[in-house]
Amino acid sequence: MSLDKIVDGLTEVDCDVLVIGGGTAGPMAALKAKMKNPNAKVILLEKANVKRSGAISMGMDGLNNAVIPGHATPEQYTREITIANDGIVNQKAVLKYAEQCYSIIQELDKYGIRFQKNENGDFDVKKVHHLGTYVLPMPNGDTVKKALYRQLRRVQLLISNRYIATRLLQGKDGRVAGAIAVNTRTAEFLIVKAKAVILCMGAAGRLGLPASGYLFGTYENAANSGDGYAMAYHAGAKLANLECFQINPLIKDYNGPACAYVAGPFGAYTVNNEDARFIECDYWSGQMMLEFYNELQSGKGPVYLKLNHLHENTISEIESILHKVERPSRGQFHANRGTDYRGNKIEMHVSEIGFCSGHSASGVFVDEFARTTVPGLYAAGDMASVPHSYMLGAFTNGSIAGQHASDFAKDVDFAAYDPEDIARERERVLAPTRREDGIPPNQIEYKTRRFVNDYLQPPKVPQKYRLAQSRFAEVREDMETGMIARNAHELLRALEASSILDCADMAACSSLFRTESRWGLYHLRTDYPGRDDENWFCHTLLGKTDGRMICEKRAVDPYVVPIDDDEKDIYYRQRIEARA
Amino acid sequence: MPLANTPTSVPVVVDNEKCIADKGCTVCVDVCPLDVLRISDLTNKAYMAYDECWYCLPCQCDCPTAALTVNIPFLLK
Ligand SMILES: Cc1cc2nc3c(=O)[nH]c(=O)nc-3n(C[C@H](O)[C@H](O)[C@H](O)COP(=O)(O)OP(=O)(O)OC[C@H]3O[C@@H](n4cnc5c(N)ncnc54)[C@H](O)[C@@H]3O)c2cc1C
Ligand code: SF4
Ligand code: SF4
Repeated sequence: MSLDKIVDGLTEVDCDVLVIGGGTAGPMAALKAKMKNPNAKVILLEKANVKRSGAISMGMDGLNNAVIPGHATPEQYTREITIANDGIVNQKAVLKYAEQCYSIIQELDKYGIRFQKNENGDFDVKKVHHLGTYVLPMPNGDTVKKALYRQLRRVQLLISNRYIATRLLQGKDGRVAGAIAVNTRTAEFLIVKAKAVILCMGAAGRLGLPASGYLFGTYENAANSGDGYAMAYHAGAKLANLECFQINPLIKDYNGPACAYVAGPFGAYTVNNEDARFIECDYWSGQMMLEFYNELQSGKGPVYLKLNHLHENTISEIESILHKVERPSRGQFHANRGTDYRGNKIEMHVSEIGFCSGHSASGVFVDEFARTTVPGLYAAGDMASVPHSYMLGAFTNGSIAGQHASDFAKDVDFAAYDPEDIARERERVLAPTRREDGIPPNQIEYKTRRFVNDYLQPPKVPQKYRLAQSRFAEVREDMETGMIARNAHELLRALEASSILDCADMAACSSLFRTESRWGLYHLRTDYPGRDDENWFCHTLLGKTDGRMICEKRAVDPYVVPIDDDEKDIYYRQRIEARA
Repeated sequence: MPLANTPTSVPVVVDNEKCIADKGCTVCVDVCPLDVLRISDLTNKAYMAYDECWYCLPCQCDCPTAALTVNIPFLLK
């Protein structure tokens, strides 16, 4: 049989709760939905293989945001994230996470994932954030996926690997009705009717083009092409603050975390070409990224991670974490370049742009129950709007979503959808397979992402943004009339290219809407350089109205944890001024 | 517009002596998050069919015979 041959086929199944994306949030959501109601039929659908998918495919170095009794309180954490995110947060959702995450840590511990303790048996939490102490190392972080997978097997969860979800099905009453998915190796269709759907499809990580030019050399797991954002958009869900881009300080070219969260607590820090520190705090915030960017622009670049002042034992310990767990090819990268932490500093760089609430605050709008604005549709993890949520946020909010969706599904019947929607989606999906020649998906994707870099990378210039919009429209025309996919694998890439283009359009639209600067580098506009609380202390909600992309303002709900006036700008005070 | 094939140097190398795909192993193909590995119809061994790699290593770590090596893709090496 020739490689990835396209097969004509369509299967229909139904379930109570459909979870899409089996990386981090997804397995937890599915597990909790099933535990909440063991009679419920729960399906976990994944583009790759749940065993090794998502940001945590190889494991994780630690929890970046653990709220542990005795070290921090939920209120402190909520205050810190509110300040770090320039006030624009749905505090109820952040507080709910902060209150529940400790019980998730205890649960993960039961699954066999260990967390570092000190000699007194107390959690060995490290300070990386500006104010509080939240970083907890995971000594056997390489086992996370296996531990989760065991739990899924235990409850006999139904798993469908190698299906890319492409669109949500909607009931005539506006409720979610299920999803359409395509097999990534045969192009056969799977229609899943569901009473509730939870989107856990990760960040939009293939939006900007990495400096290396390699399409898959992204910070995020490159399977996360923003399909979840695109699907939510087309289903009419609102997306929050997409202009608050994800941009990270990474190892130049390798594009993995540098990684201040691991090495920082051991005494490593970021320096400029004069070997001088220039930021107070290595916690990734927009303001920190702005200082980083300014340093690069000032002639004091490159910027480095400095470890060569540390003791040999310390360096070996850092290596044993950084070269083994999260991104284990990192040691090989350094060896190729001849860099060794003992002698050399590690050159860092600004990453490509993306959407992600795990690190930043750009995601599908959700409330404290992980509900989107579409009834029956939930979202959790990097693609949901709870800011700075990282891995523990994916687990905790996934758990919240799973439980709520399970209850929701108990009380409703399947929503009736229009079968024409499936016919239309089949035509859209298969169009590139019906052409004799044309433009392959990698070229459509490359061109989109090059324009993202050329025009959308901050600082944001509105004239460039408008140019980007016309260029994207041209690429869209070419994609819709000329893209070709010769086999099922190319079709997978073609579907991803379409999500990437949707995300590029959303990034442009929301950035043009917010006529102020906020979140440091993430939303730095040249024409409105200042923060304008009077007009813009609000969320941006992007949505599809009558087939068009429209942005609107949504008030920030009253805080449940008050912020004092003298606290609110603490994250602006990041720069270490040169001492006279 | 017609298509041409442009060569590319791929990061994954399989040692055909060690690979037991011909005995039914498909582990690396099964775990790859980017779905870029395949078993060759000609050699019955695993190989990288598409240059779309996140250099994440599940394939290398899970291979039962240590037949597979992931290199850093040339463009970012
Ligand atoms: C390199 C790196 C290092 C990190 N380090 C840390 C750390 O040390 N500590 C920490 O707390 N956090 C860390 N994070 C963040 C943390 O890993 C993420 O916030 C979290 O794992 C996100 O979980 P998720 O479920 O949203 O996404 P993921 O785990 O990425 O899962 C998304 C899943 O959706 C699937 N998918 C995508 N599209 C589709 C589709 N169309 N159909 C079906 N399935 C689809 C993907 O294949 C994937 O499996 C790191 C992230 C990265 C990338
Ligand atoms: S996992 Fe190893 S032995 Fe199995 S098919 Fe792949 S390369 Fe061959
Ligand atoms: S390194 Fe990762 S992306 Fe590359 S082939 Fe192996 S499993 Fe696939």
